[in-house]
Amino acid sequence: METVTITLKNAPALYLEADTVSPDTFAGLKAAKIAELPVFEGNVPSTIGKYFDVSGDAGATAADTKIVVKGDVKKVKYLGFKMSAGELVIEKTADQYVGAWMKGGTILAKGDVGAFAATAMKGGELTIEGNAGNYLGAAYRGDWRGMSAGKILVKGNAGSDIGMYMLGGEIVVNGNADVHVMTHAEGGKTIIKGNAASKLGGQMVEGDIYVFGSIEVMMPGFKPNGEVELEVAGTKAKFAHFIGDMGERHKKKKGVVVYGNLYKKI
Amino acid sequence: MSEYLIKNGHVFDPVQGIKGDKKDIAIKDGKIVDKVGSGAKVIDATNKTVMAGAVEIHAHIAGPKVNLGRIYRPEDKLFSCTPTKGMERMGGGASIPTTFKTGYEYAKMGYTTAMEAAMPPLFSRHVHEEIRDTPIIDEGAFPVFGNNWFVLEYLKNQEIENTAAYIAWMLRVTKGYAVKVVNPGGTEAWAWGLNCLSVNDPVPYFDITPAEIVKGLIDANEYLGLPHSMHIHPNNLGNPGCYETTLDTLKLAEGKKAKNKFGRESVMHLTHSQFHSYKGTNWGDFESGAKEVTDYVNKNKNITIDTGNVTLDETTTMTADGPFEHHLTGLNHLKWANVDVELETAAGVVPYIYSPNISVCAIQWAIGLEIPLMIKDPMRCYITTDHPNAGPFTRYPRVIKWLMSAKARETQINAFKHKDKVLSQTAIGTLDREISLYELAQMTRAGPAKCLGLGAMCGGLKPGMDADVAVYNFNPNKPVADPEDIEKAFSRCAAVFKNGVQVVSNGDIVSNGNKRTLWVNAKVKDNPQVMRDISEKFIKYYSMTQNNYEALGHHFVPNPYALEVDATQ
Repeated sequence: METVTITLKNAPALYLEADTVSPDTFAGLKAAKIAELPVFEGNVPSTIGKYFDVSGDAGATAADTKIVVKGDVKKVKYLGFKMSAGELVIEKTADQYVGAWMKGGTILAKGDVGAFAATAMKGGELTIEGNAGNYLGAAYRGDWRGMSAGKILVKGNAGSDIGMYMLGGEIVVNGNADVHVMTHAEGGKTIIKGNAASKLGGQMVEGDIYVFGSIEVMMPGFKPNGEVELEVAGTKAKFAHFIGDMGERHKKKKGVVVYGNLYKKI
Repeated sequence: MSEYLIKNGHVFDPVQGIKGDKKDIAIKDGKIVDKVGSGAKVIDATNKTVMAGAVEIHAHIAGPKVNLGRIYRPEDKLFSCTPTKGMERMGGGASIPTTFKTGYEYAKMGYTTAMEAAMPPLFSRHVHEEIRDTPIIDEGAFPVFGNNWFVLEYLKNQEIENTAAYIAWMLRVTKGYAVKVVNPGGTEAWAWGLNCLSVNDPVPYFDITPAEIVKGLIDANEYLGLPHSMHIHPNNLGNPGCYETTLDTLKLAEGKKAKNKFGRESVMHLTHSQFHSYKGTNWGDFESGAKEVTDYVNKNKNITIDTGNVTLDETTTMTADGPFEHHLTGLNHLKWANVDVELETAAGVVPYIYSPNISVCAIQWAIGLEIPLMIKDPMRCYITTDHPNAGPFTRYPRVIKWLMSAKARETQINAFKHKDKVLSQTAIGTLDREISLYELAQMTRAGPAKCLGLGAMCGGLKPGMDADVAVYNFNPNKPVADPEDIEKAFSRCAAVFKNGVQVVSNGDIVSNGNKRTLWVNAKVKDNPQVMRDISEKFIKYYSMTQNNYEALGHHFVPNPYALEVDATQ
C-alpha cells in the first residue's frame, strides 16, 4: 500500500469542500497530479495544492492507497467522500461530511468530526477517536435512505439525530448520545455505552437501540416487553426490552409483526 | 433577423410527407421559407436527421405542485446540479428540475414547445411565473376543470352554454390553453374522503357523475371550438382492472365531432394511457390491457392518446388526482404531500422508484411500449412520460431507443429480475415493430401539434410555419450498430432553432431565445348570469378576491401569443 500525505499549509478563509480527498480519486496519480485536483473554497474553484503540501504517490488502485491528512482541517469538509476502498487517516479535527456516502475502506479520525459524517454510508468502517457531530450515519436532507451497511465507532460522545432513517449497519458510541436516535429507522443497530438524552427511536419501524447508561426521557410510543439476557459488544448483561414506535406502521415477517427494539441495561 | 440554410440533411416531415429525402431547410425572419439569399448562414446537416422542433403535449413542468416537489425533495437535487456554463444559468434536479434546467434540457433534445398539463386556476400566477422563468421553449398551460364547482353545477343542469362561457372566462383570466380534466368528480369526492372509481360513481353533494362531466366538457369544448380537445386523465388511474374504466371513458366521445378552425379532428385526448391500461384484479395477477385500449383507439378516429412511458427511474409523482397520491403513499410508504385548492381542484405529490427488480414496474414499462407499438396511426399517439410521473422527460431519448429498436427492448427485458412475468403478463415479447424516423416525427411533432390545434404553426417544416428545427447527429441511411447510439443521438442535438433563432449548437445552449406563452382567447356572447355566479362565488367561498385572481400584465405573461377563438355566432 502506498501512502499519500497531505499537510495543510494555507488554512482556507472560507470552508473548503475537499470532496476529491479520497483513495478512489487519488488512485493512480503522482503527488503533483494530486495537487492539481479540484476543490471549492466557498463558491470559488481551486486546487488541493493551494491549501495542502502533497507528498507521496498514490497506489494503482483505491485499495492500494492510504491517505494521511495532517494539520488543522477543522474548516475542511467531505474528506473521504464516496470512498470505496483504501485507508484515510485524519490526524486532527475535521468538519462536516467525513466519509459521506462511503462504500468501503477505513477511515480513522483521530480528532472530532463535524455533522453529517457517514451520511448514507453503504459500507466500510469509520472510527472517530474524538466526538461526532449531529446526523452521524443519517440520511441526506429529505432522503429516506440513511446508513445501510458498515460500521461506525465513536470513542467520545455523539451529537443529535444519529442513525436517522438508518437501514442497516452498526453505530457504537462509547460515550453519550444527544436527542433523537434512529428516528424513522427501518433496520440497523445503535449501541450507546454512555447515557442517552431523549426521543430514542421516534417513528422507528425496525432496528435495535441498546443503551448501557441512563435514558433521560423515554418515548411514549415504546412499550415494555419484559427483560432479556443479552451479550452486546462484549458485555453480558440483563436488559429491559421495549418495542415501538407503536404509532408507526410495522411489517409482518412470517406472520409476526416486527417492531423496533429498545434495550436498556438494568 | 438572420437567415439560415440547413443544408443536405435527411428531412423527416409528416406535414409535407417528406420521408428522409435530402433537402435544404431555409429560415428567414423566424419562419421556414422556400429560399434564402446567398448571405445566409449555412448549417451543414450532411448525414444528419432534420425534423421540426418537437412538441410536448403533457408534462408537469411549472406551478405549485411541481414546486412543492422541489421543496420537499432536496435529495432530488443531490448530485444532479449543473453549474453556470456559457449562456446557461445553474440548474439542478433530476425528476423535478429547476425552471432553467427544464428549458435547457428540452431544447437540447430538440423540443421547442411544451404544455404544462395541469394548472390549478387559483395558482395560475405562480404557474406563469415559472413558465416565464423557463427559457427557450414556448409553453401553454391547461387549467383543470373536472372538479370545478362551477362546472359541476352547470353540467348538473346540462347548461353547456354557461359552461362554455365559464371556460372562456377562465382561459382568459388564467391565460390558459385547454380544458384539462383529472379524475373527473373523484378529486372533489376526495374532499369528502371518497373517490369516483367508475364513470358512474356519483360525486357527493353535487350529485353528478364523471360521465356527465366528461360529456358536458367535450360539448362545451366543441361549442367554443378551442384549438385543443378536452384532455383527460380518467377515473381509476393506476389500479389493476382500470382499463375497463378507460374504455367506458373513451366511449363517452362516441358520436362527437370536432368543430374548430385549427385542423384538429379529435374530441378527446386520453393522456398517459399506460397508467389506464391495466388488467387483472390485484398486483399479483396484474397484466396489460394495452391491446383492449389500443383496439378501441385504432377504431375511433376522434380520439388521440399519449403514452406515459415508465422509464425505470427514481422519480416524483404529482397529480391533481389527490386520492390516487394518498393511495400511492400507502403502497410505498414514502413521503406524501396533499393540497386542496378551494373550489377548483386538489393535488398530491409522492416520490416513486420504478425498480427493474419489481415485476409490477417492469410490466408498466412494457405496457408503455406496447401502446405506441400497437397503435396503427402514429398521428394519434404521442410519446410522453407524463413527466415526472412515469419518469423524467429527459429520458425521451431512451424511450425513443426502445421504440426504434427491438434489440434494445430485448436487452431490457433480459435485464429484468422477473423477465418471465413481463413476458407472460404483456405482449411486449411478441412485438417486433420498430418505429421509423417518419413515425417518430408523427408521434413527437406533427401529431401533437395537430392535436393541440397548432398544426399550422409548428410540428412541421412547411414554408410559412415557425422556424422550429432540430438537427440530430443520426444518419438514417446507416444501419444502427448499437441501439445506444440512438439514445445518444436524440439526447443532444447538433443544432436547434426556435422561431428562427439558433438556441442549441453541438449540444450546448447558445441563446435563451424569445420564449412565448401560448394561450387561448375565446370570445363568447355576454353572459351576465355566469359573470354574476363568478363574483358571487368569490364573495361567498374563495379565500382571495376576484381582483387578485387574474394572471395579467408583463410580470406574469411577458411575451404572450394568443390563439383567437370566436364563439359569439
